[in-house]
Amino acid sequence: MLALLISAVLASLGGRSWRKEISIATAVSVALAAACASVPVFQVLAGGGILQFRFPWPVPYGEFFIELDPLSAWFLLPTLLLSALCAIYGVGYLWGQEKQRALGSVWFFYNLLVLGMILVLLARNAVLFISAWELMAVSSFFLVTFEHERESVRSAGWIYLVATHLGTGFLLVFFILTARETGSMDFTVWAARGIQNPQMAGTLFLLATVGFGTKAGFMPFHVWLPEAHPAAPSHVSALMSGVMIKTGIYGLLRAFTFLGTPPLWWGWCFIGIGLSSGVLGVLFALAQHDLKRLLAYHSVENIGIITLGMGVGLLGMNLNLPVLAALGFGGALLHVLNHALFKGLLFLGAGAVAHATGTREMDHLGGLLKPMPWTAATFLIGAAAISGLPPLNGFVSEFLIFLGALKGGISTGGETAVPLLALIAGLGLIGGLATACFTKAFGIVFLGEPRVHSTKAHEALWAMRLPMLALATACVAIGLLAPFAVGTLKPVLANLAGLTLETTTENLGAASGPLNLAVLGSLAFILCLLTLVLIRRSLLAGRAAEADATWGCGYVRPTARMQYTASSFAQPLTHQFRWVLGTRAKIEAPSGCFPDRAELKTETPDLCHGNLYQPGFLRMNWAIARLRFMQQGHVQLYVLYIAVTLIVLLAWKFR
Amino acid sequence: MKITSFIPLFCALTLSPLLLGIINRTKAVFAGRRGQPLLQLYFDLWKLLRKGTVYSRTTTWIFRAGPMVGLAAALIAASLVPFGNFPALIAFPADFFFFAGLLALMRFFTVLAALDTGSSFEGMGASREVFFSALAEPALLAALATLARQAKDLSLSRIFPAVAGAHWLDAGPVTALVLMALMIVLLAENARIPVDDPNTHLELTMIHEVMVLDHGGVDFAFILYSAALKLWLFAALIVAMILPDTGTVALNLALSAAGILAVAVIVGVVESVMARLRLLVVPQLLVGAGALAGMAFLLGLR
Repeated sequence: MLALLISAVLASLGGRSWRKEISIATAVSVALAAACASVPVFQVLAGGGILQFRFPWPVPYGEFFIELDPLSAWFLLPTLLLSALCAIYGVGYLWGQEKQRALGSVWFFYNLLVLGMILVLLARNAVLFISAWELMAVSSFFLVTFEHERESVRSAGWIYLVATHLGTGFLLVFFILTARETGSMDFTVWAARGIQNPQMAGTLFLLATVGFGTKAGFMPFHVWLPEAHPAAPSHVSALMSGVMIKTGIYGLLRAFTFLGTPPLWWGWCFIGIGLSSGVLGVLFALAQHDLKRLLAYHSVENIGIITLGMGVGLLGMNLNLPVLAALGFGGALLHVLNHALFKGLLFLGAGAVAHATGTREMDHLGGLLKPMPWTAATFLIGAAAISGLPPLNGFVSEFLIFLGALKGGISTGGETAVPLLALIAGLGLIGGLATACFTKAFGIVFLGEPRVHSTKAHEALWAMRLPMLALATACVAIGLLAPFAVGTLKPVLANLAGLTLETTTENLGAASGPLNLAVLGSLAFILCLLTLVLIRRSLLAGRAAEADATWGCGYVRPTARMQYTASSFAQPLTHQFRWVLGTRAKIEAPSGCFPDRAELKTETPDLCHGNLYQPGFLRMNWAIARLRFMQQGHVQLYVLYIAVTLIVLLAWKFR
Repeated sequence: MKITSFIPLFCALTLSPLLLGIINRTKAVFAGRRGQPLLQLYFDLWKLLRKGTVYSRTTTWIFRAGPMVGLAAALIAASLVPFGNFPALIAFPADFFFFAGLLALMRFFTVLAALDTGSSFEGMGASREVFFSALAEPALLAALATLARQAKDLSLSRIFPAVAGAHWLDAGPVTALVLMALMIVLLAENARIPVDDPNTHLELTMIHEVMVLDHGGVDFAFILYSAALKLWLFAALIVAMILPDTGTVALNLALSAAGILAVAVIVGVVESVMARLRLLVVPQLLVGAGALAGMAFLLGLR
């Protein structure tokens, strides 16, 4: 079954050429491959068995060893789903571009990216894992730089490449140290032996947090996200933001399976990272004008929520409270799936908007609900889901994390209860700010009167609409079938937090009662809503219905430019948090009795990019420039360097 | 399921419009006026429900859906909140997160309906609404989590009897701090002075009223009713926190109703004796409420 999956993806690689048909052929083959591959994934999730596949690989320390266990299967689920849907969407998105661009290469790297992600999730050998990790990073780099004739896209590509390789650097050290400690390159051996030395485990934990956290987008390491996601074509952004960054979370969870019982500070560390990523992510999202950049910062926020769940889980493991471990990790895992669904949906919607109007600038859009009803309806579902609103899936995973934190907060001592209270308040703040952010995104782009760029907009092609509809349906379905979705987590959790299947079942049972009632409440809400619709209809039947202009307090000639803009909508919040956002404004106020021009331009550069990395890299550049004298371009000199190095090495050997 | 479990929902549905009447009467007494009838909101609702519609050409189905989603969310929220000692219709661990989620859903659609009109007035109100509620939400959750820790229980219907029954000398400081935090959240969430002024029609200082400027008829009736329900629910949270069990159903019922009406009088008094705060100061008030809840939690750690 696994071989089938790999070969199917490989097969679609073969057919690269430069014609329009290739889009359709590739999309169909990716979808078919995903459908085939999902069979064993569901088997493993249902039965909890493990599928293995070994194959000798003539690389030092390498072995082609892949395994499908419930944890991998859980992450494969959104990967396969989103890969297939984004491929179908890509056909519509790239339709008509085959004249200007080499579409063959796009699909080639798209397939490589999917293959890389699947291999990362399945690999059980450190060398294979790193190779797949690099395959994923490099292929996504080429996808990010798809529109490489634009300067901003190229620079985004470089930032991404540098960031991801810095992360890989930490991972290399992590793997080498682990291998030295356990004497093997095999993940299964690592899990069986574990890391006994607590200091070493702490070091490894930090290395993994930085290395995997760079990919996932933890707050100080997130700089590449807001650059790379807007630059990539939308179906690729959806895939990268929905699934690829989750491989970082997967890596961390995999690392926890062999790092032993976590000390308390790991939990604090994760709650701290989660709060900073969550709150700062959504704050920076609020300050953005570019729709896709806003979504990219929201990925940072959602990774923060996932990290909060993992923090609760780690505290639970440390305190030997399986209920916390099950709820925390369970919420985090479910949020991984949920975020893949709604963030994929939102990126696809943003892509449809950009495709239809030619801009991603929110202040130039407006009133798109009328020309694009399908895109708008699905985007609305995605926006409500990502804000964690009740009948949808985002609420379910946040509820699990909240329940875990609350259970811990009322029963444990101060050193865990206080961070958990911070988490509870933090979840409230993140939810409130996310509501602000997505009412802004949806309200300004889709509602009101059309602004500059949205007058000639058209609805997306069916190839683009269908994936969005599928994802929106999935968001609603998980929201309403929450107890069932949580039930499928059991084998995954048993695999993870050192729990047995029985304790997991028992402790997740603590969540299923409340979830059943919450879902009942959600169903009652929908029923109530339908009743109100009927009541309103019967009340209004036969009564006068007039249409008029929006009431402008007596002013009768309003224009679309007088509407409230996205920047003004977010201004109170961005002003309140200006000490952290550092928004730069360029104001030219109107002056005189007949002012002829006025200008206001605001820009919110990234906190870490401007204050941490840029000075750091400049300093490094400066230091390296000191060595410039060695590189003169004389071949003789270089040969001399080689000779000197060899002689020094020789002398060292004979020492 | 006992018949008493419908009492909180029933009372909320029937009595909530009365609260606005009491607030207005209190303000009238302070100002030396006679004031409008206590049942004014009932009359208004009845009048609005019989009207036709006028919609802006800019608006879409979002504008029509907003009031219905808001009312449906408020109705479900009403079945989660206990009334004095009477447990709510639906109660489960961490149900107040669901409660907060429903209120957020209501806000989400009210704000979208406001933005749907394309009016800069309503955009302004919407912007302030999301600003203040984003700061009020952590305070609400932290305050309720503090009470949960005091009560060692997780659902609203079980937290409150335990907190109200606790000895006041032991739990007094914590209860008082949480009470202050919840009162501030009540004033902010329900658009009352000192956060918002419901009387200044058509001024730039308004938040909630300006968002619903374009609604009329049946839709506006839904909005007014859901706003009244929301005020009732927050008042019920505060009352359930302090009223102990007297042992008899009738007395409990009377005390709870009296308590909620007393909260309305307090809101009226606050509105009569102070002015609305400047918009820039409101965030400090809300963060202050969060800080009070946090302090209460730390006090309760002992």
